[in-house]
Amino acid sequence: MSEQAIGQQGQPRSINLLKVLGPVHVWALGVGIVLVGEFMGWNYAVGKGGAFGALIACWVIGLLYTCVAMIDSEITSTVAAAGGQYAQAKHTTGPLMAFNVGLYLVLAYTMLEAGDVLVAGQLIQIGAAELGHSVAFEPFTVLILALLAWLNYRGVFMTLTVNFIITAAAFLSILVLFIGVEPWNPGAMLLHEGLLTDLPYGWLGVLAAFHFGIWYYLGIEGTCQAAEEVRSPGRSLPLGTMTGMITLLIAAALTWYICVGLLPWEYLGWDLTLAPLYDASKMTGSAALHVVLFVGTLFSAIASANGCINDAARAWFSMGRDRYLPVWFGAVHPRYRTPFRSILFLIPIATAFALKAPLSQVITFSILSGLLGYTFMPINVFKFRNKWPIGTIRRGYEHPFHPLPAITLMVLCIATYVAVYLGYGRQLLAMMAFYIVASLWFAFHRYKFVRRGDQFTMPWPKPLGY
Amino acid sequence: MDFWGIAEWAAWIVSALLFLWMLVDAYRVGREYDESMLLSSREGVDDLFGDAGRGK
Repeated sequence: MSEQAIGQQGQPRSINLLKVLGPVHVWALGVGIVLVGEFMGWNYAVGKGGAFGALIACWVIGLLYTCVAMIDSEITSTVAAAGGQYAQAKHTTGPLMAFNVGLYLVLAYTMLEAGDVLVAGQLIQIGAAELGHSVAFEPFTVLILALLAWLNYRGVFMTLTVNFIITAAAFLSILVLFIGVEPWNPGAMLLHEGLLTDLPYGWLGVLAAFHFGIWYYLGIEGTCQAAEEVRSPGRSLPLGTMTGMITLLIAAALTWYICVGLLPWEYLGWDLTLAPLYDASKMTGSAALHVVLFVGTLFSAIASANGCINDAARAWFSMGRDRYLPVWFGAVHPRYRTPFRSILFLIPIATAFALKAPLSQVITFSILSGLLGYTFMPINVFKFRNKWPIGTIRRGYEHPFHPLPAITLMVLCIATYVAVYLGYGRQLLAMMAFYIVASLWFAFHRYKFVRRGDQFTMPWPKPLGY
Repeated sequence: MDFWGIAEWAAWIVSALLFLWMLVDAYRVGREYDESMLLSSREGVDDLFGDAGRGK
């Protein structure tokens, strides 16, 4: 299939998203979305389960996401289409599941994007206040959203190249802080011996901490959305996703180690000044570390919003292209080769949530949508392996020990639902109700517009048993 | 008006200009290009491992 065919009036007859990305961009997309979770949010796990409870959550949820990354890498390196898990669900399960997964993705990323730009604006407000000036956060929140939307509109290569630079800078700021607190000299700055306590709320607290442990890694699965724009998806997607996951495991461990050695768990668990890693840098008394961590925190929030705009738009675009939503959203910009209408459409929604909705509610909606997506993945991989066993189609990556990762992922998802229910039961039930209503709308109204014969796009043999 | 006051106004103005630019561009593209061409993108990768160009 040619990338672009030329028509009679000089206009191309067909255009596709531009294939220009490599593994570095995939890494930048995945880690860029997530890294903000090391700078803020994870610390509420400390409030639920104490410092060691947060560490256990870091490990257990790290295992959950490692399973997600392994399963995603195998399926996306084979179903390499924009929409990621949505396209996977369409091929392995069916239209109703695909519609729901698409909706999880769009809402998870749009809500996270709203939270990110809100935080970025508030950080500028905090920075100005530290310099002795009072400013409103709203103009800076809207400016960051406008700049990132414009960047996304103008092309994916520059968008994710910028993301690579600012994500790498944010990650480096964690490393700089780690070196700055002299971990080789315990007691000089890091006071683990005095600050670490037993589990303050027992094992129930540890379970409750799982909810906020998700912050350490939420969004790494976003690498899949780049599938249609990667030059060699069979190689780049697994490489970018797995190296991204390794980066996050390192960043999460360093973050926990630094923060619990500098701040008491009672403060860390209810940090009202937004960013615990930044607060930890202030405890060192070093002006240089203070500035480095301010920049790192700001960059992490911007990188996350940037990746979320990219991913939400790809998922929305894919659903439009398949007529799960109005087909108008499935348009590609003839010059920039981006899903420009989907990018534009989602921006006012993110702006409204950023300026009007409470941050905790916005983020909870994002986490719950993500969790629903992860619960689908074990089902997804079982169906994928059963219908197209190893050897029947070429895979970019085959994850080991199947079905152990799928079973582990399902068990950990169920445990995390219990954890979420303990703190946000009403929101969980309200969101389930929302998705049920949306499913009814799709099944009884929208599905008649879907072209059933066009759903299956991969050049694979018939599935086993069909 | 101090620096931060000017920065606040500048942020609003630059944001408005960027959103306006995108809206105008999207409108212009819709007028200049055939809708069927804009919607012609198709899912499915013909070169999953990037080796088609090497004749594999």
